[in-house]
Amino acid sequence: MAKREIIKERVPVPERDPKERIRDFREVKLGYTPQLAMEEAKRCLQCPHSPCVKACPVNVPIPQFIKLIEEGKFVEAARKIKEENILPSVCGRVCPQEIQCEGACVVGKVGTPVAIGALEAFAGDHEASIGYEKIEIKKKTGKRVAVVGSGPAGIACAADLIKMGYEVTIFEALHQPGGVLVYGIPEFRLPNEIVERELRFLQDMGVKIELNFIVGKTKTIYELLEEFDAVFIGSGAGLPYMLNIEGLNLNGVYSANEFLTRVIFMQGYKFPEVDTPVYTGKRLAVIGGGNTAMDVARTAKRLKDVEEVFVIYRRSKEEMPARIEEVKHAEEEGVVFKTLTNPVRFVGENGWIKGIECVKMKLGEPDESGRRRPIPVEGSEFIIEVDSVVMAIGQGPNPVVVDGVKEIKRGKKGEVLVDPETLMTDLPGVFAGGDVIRGGSTVIVAMGDGRRAAKGIDRYLKEKN
Amino acid sequence: MFQILKKKELAENVDEFVVRAPLIAKKAKPGQFVIVRVTAKGERIPLTIADKDPEDGTITLMVQRVGKSTFHMSCFDEGNSLRDVVGPLGRPTEIKKWGHVVAVGGGLGLAPIHHIALGVKEAGNRLTTIMGFRRKDLIFWEDKMSVVSDRVIVTTNDGSYGMKGLVTDALLNLIEKEEKIDRVICAGPVPMMKAVAELTKDYGIPTIASLNPIMVDGTGMCGACRVTVGGEVKFACVDGPEFDAHQIDFDELMNRLRMFKDKEELAMREFQRKHCGCRGS
Ligand SMILES: Cc1cc2nc3c(=O)[nH]c(=O)nc-3n(C[C@H](O)[C@H](O)[C@H](O)COP(=O)(O)OP(=O)(O)OC[C@H]3O[C@@H](n4cnc5c(N)ncnc54)[C@H](O)[C@@H]3O)c2cc1C
Ligand SMILES: Cc1cc2nc3c(=O)[nH]c(=O)nc-3n(C[C@H](O)[C@H](O)[C@H](O)COP(=O)(O)OP(=O)(O)OC[C@H]3O[C@@H](n4cnc5c(N)ncnc54)[C@H](O)[C@@H]3O)c2cc1C
Ligand code: SF4
Ligand code: SF4
Ligand code: FES
Repeated sequence: MAKREIIKERVPVPERDPKERIRDFREVKLGYTPQLAMEEAKRCLQCPHSPCVKACPVNVPIPQFIKLIEEGKFVEAARKIKEENILPSVCGRVCPQEIQCEGACVVGKVGTPVAIGALEAFAGDHEASIGYEKIEIKKKTGKRVAVVGSGPAGIACAADLIKMGYEVTIFEALHQPGGVLVYGIPEFRLPNEIVERELRFLQDMGVKIELNFIVGKTKTIYELLEEFDAVFIGSGAGLPYMLNIEGLNLNGVYSANEFLTRVIFMQGYKFPEVDTPVYTGKRLAVIGGGNTAMDVARTAKRLKDVEEVFVIYRRSKEEMPARIEEVKHAEEEGVVFKTLTNPVRFVGENGWIKGIECVKMKLGEPDESGRRRPIPVEGSEFIIEVDSVVMAIGQGPNPVVVDGVKEIKRGKKGEVLVDPETLMTDLPGVFAGGDVIRGGSTVIVAMGDGRRAAKGIDRYLKEKN
Repeated sequence: MFQILKKKELAENVDEFVVRAPLIAKKAKPGQFVIVRVTAKGERIPLTIADKDPEDGTITLMVQRVGKSTFHMSCFDEGNSLRDVVGPLGRPTEIKKWGHVVAVGGGLGLAPIHHIALGVKEAGNRLTTIMGFRRKDLIFWEDKMSVVSDRVIVTTNDGSYGMKGLVTDALLNLIEKEEKIDRVICAGPVPMMKAVAELTKDYGIPTIASLNPIMVDGTGMCGACRVTVGGEVKFACVDGPEFDAHQIDFDELMNRLRMFKDKEELAMREFQRKHCGCRGS
């Protein structure tokens, strides 16, 4: 192929005006039109060694699918992606591309990297808009697999297993499937409709989904093993970490999980049309600097009662683990960042939070994570007045699913320990993947685990015969 | 969907529901609860499994109408279905052969007390039940509790039935008569549980309280249900709902139950506006 000229500037993805978009929960990014997508696809150099592919956790054939888009073969492009990633519309929207595929893109060295994520989302959406092709299912094996949790790990595992000819039932604790895709990530980043349509497709392929079923409570892993030949645990990391500081239990103090569950999952932003309330007052602060913190801040900005939203983070903006795009969107929407600031105490009045006592921080030597360690500046205490505060400082695996299952070993943070190759736990026939084995990761990594476990399960069941 | 097989009004603002939920009925142990979502727009509310019938595949719920969700549920009749019921949640009651157990319940507290009483008796304990109501016409389940208890003491605030006074007066009575009490289990309004705990603490009687904080998921995911017990933060839905009553910070619990008060009142007003004719009126 003739050497291409590098086009430095990316074709921008149309977005809604910040002033308008903070008044509702509809998607912020409008996505490429076919025209724009084909134009952006031209920027890909079709590198033979494709560093972008190596940087994608599941090695999506990036140059190949982009080429198909350039040629106007959008459906083929989507199917190409789906060879490795069955949820292009989801991952194209939520992957931290800047540190994965796009971070390695050659074009990025001289300009902005090819918009791999936006192209992936475009292809996925396009295919969905014309309807999915029927997937051919291999001869039934007659064997049954239970999948615990309907997040990305469970979805990916179930999809592969059903294609291999297994009977698959997903057990989900909540009343709606999708995991963090529906109970965490807000609709303005990932509309529920997209997740629903992927789940419908999964059910069309034959996967059964049982809601309101808590493994460990409604039935135990042992009981599942009596009915199923293998079990995959993809129960995520739903246990919220809290700051153990004075005033933690004052009214108006939330974990990010509670806040997002109320507002996003239970759709509390429509209260009183729906029943789940949320109390915020006028000034809300979010503690933390990750994606969850950005989601909370941007969600809060969209609530009627809220006038001001602060993000309190103890390091500087450069160290924030959140995606750059999220920070940018939050700033555009008027979120105020208070960096190098660490909360030391929640100040209450009559049982309600009134303020957060914080201390200023400065950056010292780098710590184990390679980021510069924040150190408190003595005597710099000050109070940020707030009516509510949300802690978004991380989460760990929820133990309910494996409670009382002695054979399944767990690590220091409660993560389920597995064989790194097959993802099988020490209890034969029980596999695990996604956030439950990692503590916290990304959608695409969880999906990669789900697929690897499906292979592990297939091999295990074939060998058992 | 979870069908309501039987519904009965027990007293003013209290209904009993028998709901089809075979998997839960099979597993439910005393002290455990379910989370119910009445409709697709409903919130998730915790309700104790007051009784179960594993053969019939049913559970019994006792619901006190206090706000939007509980009033809405009371509009549902036999044959209707609840949108979601999930469980059984929470840790089962610790049950041993202690000797003489006194169960103290009031209002919605009778739901846990009934199921716990069944377990306590089965373990071979002697059981005295103290049930408190404001007036005679609000009394319910005296028959049900009499079947499982060796003795039932009913109190009413105004003396219109049984003993005049509060449940704590009845409990103090037993203590002063020097009855040997090995354990007290209480459930009901927070001020009642607090009063029971203060009383038994003075006499060194081990006491368990079944708490009712606001919950969302009921699986340890959100932390809405956190309570302070012995100076430590616990999630009532997975670490409880029962705790050592002498260690519980009841004032904090009471405060946290107020968290959504303004919103709850708004929801109730909206509900009444739309549902006149039904219970909301
Ligand atoms: C607010 C937020 C924003 C995020 N943003 C991004 C992002 O932009 N990009 C990105 O890549 N990643 C993001 N992540 C991380 C990403 O969502 C997770 O890494 C991913 O969802 C993990 O997938 P999973 O399938 O392992 O678990 P989950 O998605 O957590 O799904 C687990 C499912 O299992 C169910 N479950 C749990 N216990 C039981 C049980 N006992 N029985 C039955 N079911 C059970 C849960 O209800 C849940 O539905 C974000 C996370 C959060 C919280
Ligand atoms: C583990 C557990 C078990 C429970 N079991 C039962 C039961 O068997 N039967 C029953 O009737 N109720 C039970 N409750 C209480 C029940 O969940 C609440 O009454 C219900 O959520 C109120 O919803 P609502 O919309 O009707 O009222 P809301 O509008 O939410 O509240 C109206 C009023 O009730 C108070 N209130 C709100 N939540 C609670 C609560 N959790 N406990 C006590 N008062 C509350 C509020 O402070 C407010 O004043 C239980 C609670 C828990 C945590
Ligand atoms: S799955 Fe994620 S990391 Fe991989 S190519 Fe797609 S957007 Fe990039
Ligand atoms: S590195 Fe960039 S330019 Fe090269 S193939 Fe990948 S996307 Fe295309
Ligand atoms: S109700 Fe959410 S953690 Fe207990």
